[in-house]
Amino acid sequence: MDPNQGGELARSTAEAVARRSYGKLVAFLAVRTRDVSSAEDALSEAFAAALVDWPKNGCPINPEAWLLTAARRKSIDVFRGAQRHELATAELLQLELAAREPEVHEIPDERLAMMFACAHPSIDAVVRAPLMLQVVLGLDAGRIGAAFLASPAAMGKRLVRAKEKIREAGIPIRVPGREELPDRLDAVLNAIYAAFSEGWTDPAGLDAARRDLAEEGLFLARLLASLLPEEPEALGLLALLLHAESRRRARRTSAGEFVPLAMQDQILWDHEQIAEGEALLRRAIAMDHIGRFQLEAAVQSAHVDRCRTGARNWTHVAELYAALFQLTGSPVVLINRALAIAEVEGAAAGLRALPDEQADPRLTQYQPYWAARSELLARQGAFDEARQANEIAIGLERDPAVRAFLEHRRPEHAESDSNAVSPHP
Amino acid sequence: MQYLLLLHANEQSFAQMTPDQQQQGMAAYMAYTEALVKAGVYKGSNRLRPVSSTTTVRMVDGKAQVLDGPFIDTKEQLGGYFMIDVPDLDAALSWAARCPGASHGVVEVRPIWDMGQQRAAA
Repeated sequence: MDPNQGGELARSTAEAVARRSYGKLVAFLAVRTRDVSSAEDALSEAFAAALVDWPKNGCPINPEAWLLTAARRKSIDVFRGAQRHELATAELLQLELAAREPEVHEIPDERLAMMFACAHPSIDAVVRAPLMLQVVLGLDAGRIGAAFLASPAAMGKRLVRAKEKIREAGIPIRVPGREELPDRLDAVLNAIYAAFSEGWTDPAGLDAARRDLAEEGLFLARLLASLLPEEPEALGLLALLLHAESRRRARRTSAGEFVPLAMQDQILWDHEQIAEGEALLRRAIAMDHIGRFQLEAAVQSAHVDRCRTGARNWTHVAELYAALFQLTGSPVVLINRALAIAEVEGAAAGLRALPDEQADPRLTQYQPYWAARSELLARQGAFDEARQANEIAIGLERDPAVRAFLEHRRPEHAESDSNAVSPHP
Repeated sequence: MQYLLLLHANEQSFAQMTPDQQQQGMAAYMAYTEALVKAGVYKGSNRLRPVSSTTTVRMVDGKAQVLDGPFIDTKEQLGGYFMIDVPDLDAALSWAARCPGASHGVVEVRPIWDMGQQRAAA
């Protein structure tokens, strides 16, 4: 074979394997030792060895098994070289025995166990999503840092510390038992949602690192739903993310201007993703165990249905938000509920239903609260107060496109769209 | 892996209990210890005397500086510990949650650096 051609084939095969199986290989290598860093190091050396070996000897039929064997040998070398305490020979023996095992053809999928380890309650909540992105998907600290607004060095340090914690505190890489599962699953769902949302905070999709992250979050949600097909919340999360993702192309004009839901061009929606989300949501709800993500997906589903058919379903939407508030106690949910109520009973009722900023001071720093107030006040004809509230909303907004939208929105002619300022237009 | 469960609680609240309540509290710890032993995870435990009896020592310029009182003065004091040997952190956390100290104070779960042994056992 032409050596150049062989190198090209080796590289593309290695890339395909990395994309397909990186997380699977790391999880399998780390599941017994709990040493994620060493597993990653061994695997990256195995990939490097593959790029040397494969062009010469041809790509193996089962590249995953080849990489696994190579990575295990690397682990043993590292272990010997490190001259650790002699008592550790038992572990060395274990590694050597594992390396002698016949080649595995189907690598057991321990990624779910790995996701639970990454979202373990003893891991700092803010590092769970980044950790999952790195360990399960193989993203580097620079790319994760860019999305989470941290320098590569700072993000790298946080990730190293979290992996040390898994090893040193003895966090098991294991799917929790039935009785623990519901609590622990919440942390996994939240971390995946956080990964997706970080991607979402660049709505224009101009920042490649962030746009990709939304896709990676979606990938994790898909993986979780496929590994836990009987967990309605896992299906609910995937349904929610599919709904959000389906409108990605519609929520900005080509000039980058913010487009509220009611004014979006439905041709730009990804109707296949919507259909998939709807099917997942139906399956989840049939399991008869409602949860936060199912309810949020149901809200999205109701919005889409209204836009498509013109059905005035605001009473239903308000009920969904009320149920969501029961579960989360989040004042943000109350804001959305108030806007839905305003559609049914009028602006005065909506204003009465808004949470009180005195009761929850966090609201004073929350853009959607002021935007909602402004809109409802304007509808009542209280334009001065409405303009004031709108000014505060503008001052609090991070996204320039939404800021511009709020600036152009003149409180005299407030466009009535309750979703205009929420995170998932 | 071996873990130390460090029990932090407000000493005053124990002192303020009636003798009956104190006895009940002690009984809860006895039962807990019994359960640890039965499960085969118990490695040891001790109750510490109040911080009023503690002394802190540090070398300053080659001389031992001896001070009355704990290293850190807090509302809750280290009052005792259990040492357990369990497979992983989840097992240690579930034992910590059953400890009476988790109800009237805080239990800190700290893995023990066993100089290689715990790596071999892992």
